[in-house]
Amino acid sequence: MDFDGLFSHFGELTTTGLAQGAIYALVALGYTLVYGVLRLINFAHSEVFISGAFAAIWTWGVLGLNQDSEVSGLGSIVLYLLIAMVVAALASALTATVIERIAYRPLRRHNAPPLAFLITAIGASIAISEAFGIFTRRLPQGVPNLVSNEPLFHIAGTPVRIMEVLIIGAALAMMVGLDIFINRTRLGRGIRAVAQDPDTAALMGVNRDRTILLVFIAGGTMAGVAGMLYDIRIGALTYSVGFLLGLKAFTAAVLGGIGNLRGALLGGLLLGLVENYASGLLGTQWKDFAAFVVLVVLLMFRPTGLLGESLGRARA
Amino acid sequence: MSGITERIRTFRQAAGDRWRAAPRWVRWAVLAAVIVFFYALPNKEFYQYLGPIPTTESNFGQVLFTVSIYVLLAVGLNVVVGFAGLLDLGYFGFFAVGAYTVAVLTSPSSDIKTLWPWLAVVPIAIALTTVSGVALGTPTLRLRGDYLAIVTLGFAEMIRIAATSSSFLKGQRGFNQIPHPPGHYADGRPIFGVLDPRPYYWLVLTLILLVVFGVRNLTHSRVGRAWVSIREDEDAAQLMGVPTFKFKLWAFAIGAAIGGLAGALYAGKQNFVNSQNFELLNSIIILAAVILGGSGNIVGAIVGGGLVAYLIERFRGIEVFGVELYEFRFLAFGVILIIMMIFRPQGLIPSRRRAAELKDRRKEVIVGG
Amino acid sequence: MRQRLARVLGGVALVALVAGGAACSGGGDDAADGACGYKIAFFGALTGSSAALGINENNGVKLAVDQYNKANPDCKVELVELDSQGSPDQAPQLAQRAIDDEKILGIVGPAYSGESEAANPLFAEAGLVHITPSATRPSLADQGWKTFFRVVGNDLSQGPAAGQYIKNVLKSDKVFVIDDQSAYGAGLADEVKKVLGPAVVGSDKVQGEGKQSDFSGVVTKVKNSGATAVFYGGYYQEAGLIRKQLTNAGVTAPLVAGDGVNDPAYITTAGQAAAEGTILTCPCQPATAARGSFVSDFKALNGSEPGTYSDTAYDAANILLAGIKAGKKTRADLLEFVRGYTGEGVAASYKFTDKGELDPAQVKVWAYKVQGGQVVPDQEIPKA
Repeated sequence: MDFDGLFSHFGELTTTGLAQGAIYALVALGYTLVYGVLRLINFAHSEVFISGAFAAIWTWGVLGLNQDSEVSGLGSIVLYLLIAMVVAALASALTATVIERIAYRPLRRHNAPPLAFLITAIGASIAISEAFGIFTRRLPQGVPNLVSNEPLFHIAGTPVRIMEVLIIGAALAMMVGLDIFINRTRLGRGIRAVAQDPDTAALMGVNRDRTILLVFIAGGTMAGVAGMLYDIRIGALTYSVGFLLGLKAFTAAVLGGIGNLRGALLGGLLLGLVENYASGLLGTQWKDFAAFVVLVVLLMFRPTGLLGESLGRARA
Repeated sequence: MSGITERIRTFRQAAGDRWRAAPRWVRWAVLAAVIVFFYALPNKEFYQYLGPIPTTESNFGQVLFTVSIYVLLAVGLNVVVGFAGLLDLGYFGFFAVGAYTVAVLTSPSSDIKTLWPWLAVVPIAIALTTVSGVALGTPTLRLRGDYLAIVTLGFAEMIRIAATSSSFLKGQRGFNQIPHPPGHYADGRPIFGVLDPRPYYWLVLTLILLVVFGVRNLTHSRVGRAWVSIREDEDAAQLMGVPTFKFKLWAFAIGAAIGGLAGALYAGKQNFVNSQNFELLNSIIILAAVILGGSGNIVGAIVGGGLVAYLIERFRGIEVFGVELYEFRFLAFGVILIIMMIFRPQGLIPSRRRAAELKDRRKEVIVGG
Repeated sequence: MRQRLARVLGGVALVALVAGGAACSGGGDDAADGACGYKIAFFGALTGSSAALGINENNGVKLAVDQYNKANPDCKVELVELDSQGSPDQAPQLAQRAIDDEKILGIVGPAYSGESEAANPLFAEAGLVHITPSATRPSLADQGWKTFFRVVGNDLSQGPAAGQYIKNVLKSDKVFVIDDQSAYGAGLADEVKKVLGPAVVGSDKVQGEGKQSDFSGVVTKVKNSGATAVFYGGYYQEAGLIRKQLTNAGVTAPLVAGDGVNDPAYITTAGQAAAEGTILTCPCQPATAARGSFVSDFKALNGSEPGTYSDTAYDAANILLAGIKAGKKTRADLLEFVRGYTGEGVAASYKFTDKGELDPAQVKVWAYKVQGGQVVPDQEIPKA
């Protein structure tokens, strides 16, 4: 145990952990929304995230940027980021819709047992990631250097970088937007109703299928933005990263309390921190191990998470 | 076209009925013929007449060995998933524990240089895997459905990372020169040599038969009936006095033991075990094989495991429109899973009980759906 | 109704025939006369994530076979390509397939060390000679395989050379060492640490094989250690990400890595700007320094520049072909021929020790530099 390693790097481990955690949080929202409404772990959500990440890179490619491009001028940078963000969100929402329509809806019609949903989700996840892999010949795709990594300001000697501020800021903004959508709009009310009691909601005139579609789209949008932010942060994208990241985002969702939107944010940020501290303490190779320990311990001893669940059951 | 499917369905039902109505000796004769067929299969003189079935781009005997290991694993997982209805996404971890136990205790590259012979270590491997199954099951089997799946997944990944990063388990460097099973021909050559895969294949085949026999007896006993009741409605089973936790643990332990056996056999042939053997994808492949074949049904598991392993190898070397089909095997795999779940969730060879269960569920009404 | 059924059945039968026919033609064509029609095989990853090196090597072998066939049109040699995807799981059945085909007299490969562990016992048992152009794990030579030969220096020569370069050329006294826990990467890193001794200010391990892409923990440690050089033992995918993230964090110290990072995908992943100045070691001579017209011939046949290990694979194939030309038409004869072989190739001069290693006097380790998006030779690293 390298305590010195942990304490001497504590500041930077914290800022980078929060940035990574923000990405986890955005993806976790997708898991938590779908679970809250459908009691289903959307295993394929990891590929929804990857679709967004690839769409962002593709967009930049179309706009003439690749990993070696030099871009200057705040205006054009912001423009590139925004366009990519929108395209990524659209692509992810589209992927989520397709998955819902093709894989999940027929099973709902047949009232299939939960095992069937899980198997289908796994099948969809494998199929989509393999498709991306074949398409990219399993090589990493480079990302243009759009966001600088200069420190914006310092807190207690730790530099807080522009990129980290951007990621955390964007994630918070998206979450506030989602919160407003769920809690203040008519469609959002419909979602909450179906989550609470689908039969009564149907009786009250809420279209269940449409609501479910909406939930997938909302989750997908969050994941798409997360994908673009991930691209910016990591610098290159490989087709296979979705699986592990999806698993960690699910851990984050459970950590905060599955079905709880604010819990997803908290869980994501917390998980990002825990991972980084573990890598400082034990060595970077144990980073994922730490995340899995959190997952396993949580599920076994406190499946309701930190903030508790707003809806749904974890243990029968 | 629907006329054709109707005719196929009636044909199958008629065939199934005739099979069940046939006198016992007929069924035993057919079974014996099938078993003899599989024993004869790896002999080149025999399979060269089987047309496109043997794989051309890799040695068929070796492929058959891999297929047989997968079948054994599928039978084991079927006990956990199919009979007891427990979703285990980390089953391959038991395989790995078995293989690593053999490696650590027999290989000259291990830190504890015990260097025991392979045969002596196999029971230890099975025992250790069973213990790990019980250890994994005890805290987690209280969970239901999806959560159990994720926990087992998490454990499997933790084991993988530990194997890669721990110096005792030698990560990617692995253990080599694991000894083979014992035995010599009359002229002094070892039966279980390096080149000839057939003795290994026959060994695994024999063990498959023994395991299937054992499992089948179990499912026709009190234990099997308890599993069915747990699978269909756990709360009702508990109310009726079935000690559900104990039987779930039994299922886990038995499944783990079979997985460990498969791992030990694999290590004995391959002589080399490293952390690359722990890929999560393998767990998912075996789960899919069980589901595709028909979970809850031993024949289904055998067919599923065999088919999946065989097809993956069969695709090697086939080119369509200038593209290697082999590259697409996992993509096809994922798509097949989705299609099967929608159109035939009971699997290729369904257990009749399962098919009935699923049919009943379809008839239930869902409001607003 | 019956018509439709007949059509469906006919269609199914047709498909089955075609599939069977396609499958049959996929296998090797064994129609060859007795005195000729021999084959050599390439064993390595041609698809999948490890394919880049395998394809380089296969192309080198193709060139050798092509040139041989042009010079000997009446007794050609066929190349059989065995795609192992770099995985030890699939190695035995592929190895057996090569062994079963009696016309295959020798193998170039296996390309990777992991699959070598699984496949070489079979080759050794069958007496089928195999020359690997790139499997550099030192322990491979110690397993007593009589058929094992290696035409490159192993990791024990590359690691110390990398350390020497950092010490003497970069003159860095604060080095951070990272490895990906693979046998290759950890092996190199350990050797480098031995050479550098107290100059190592920190070390860390990451997960390889595409399992990790967020290296912020490592980057933080490197930055805070004030290292003036970073060594990475591992492969190009992680190296590219680490390099990019290091540069983003403001670490400009040069990255030194081994031949596993020498791949165009490293530069694409890291971006040209960040990759600039990376030093890559390799127990191989620059292909451009290769004698004769190797580079232009390679380009003419394969349509691309020779890459890492193309030249060693070319030489390995030529050793086998020289044996066949000299009349060695059985596996045992060819094995003896290779064992006693001395000769010149484009990458080095060849002579094998009794364990199958390249004669240590012939092992040359070169340092290459990434400049302007290309990997260019820098200098040969002299033995300490």
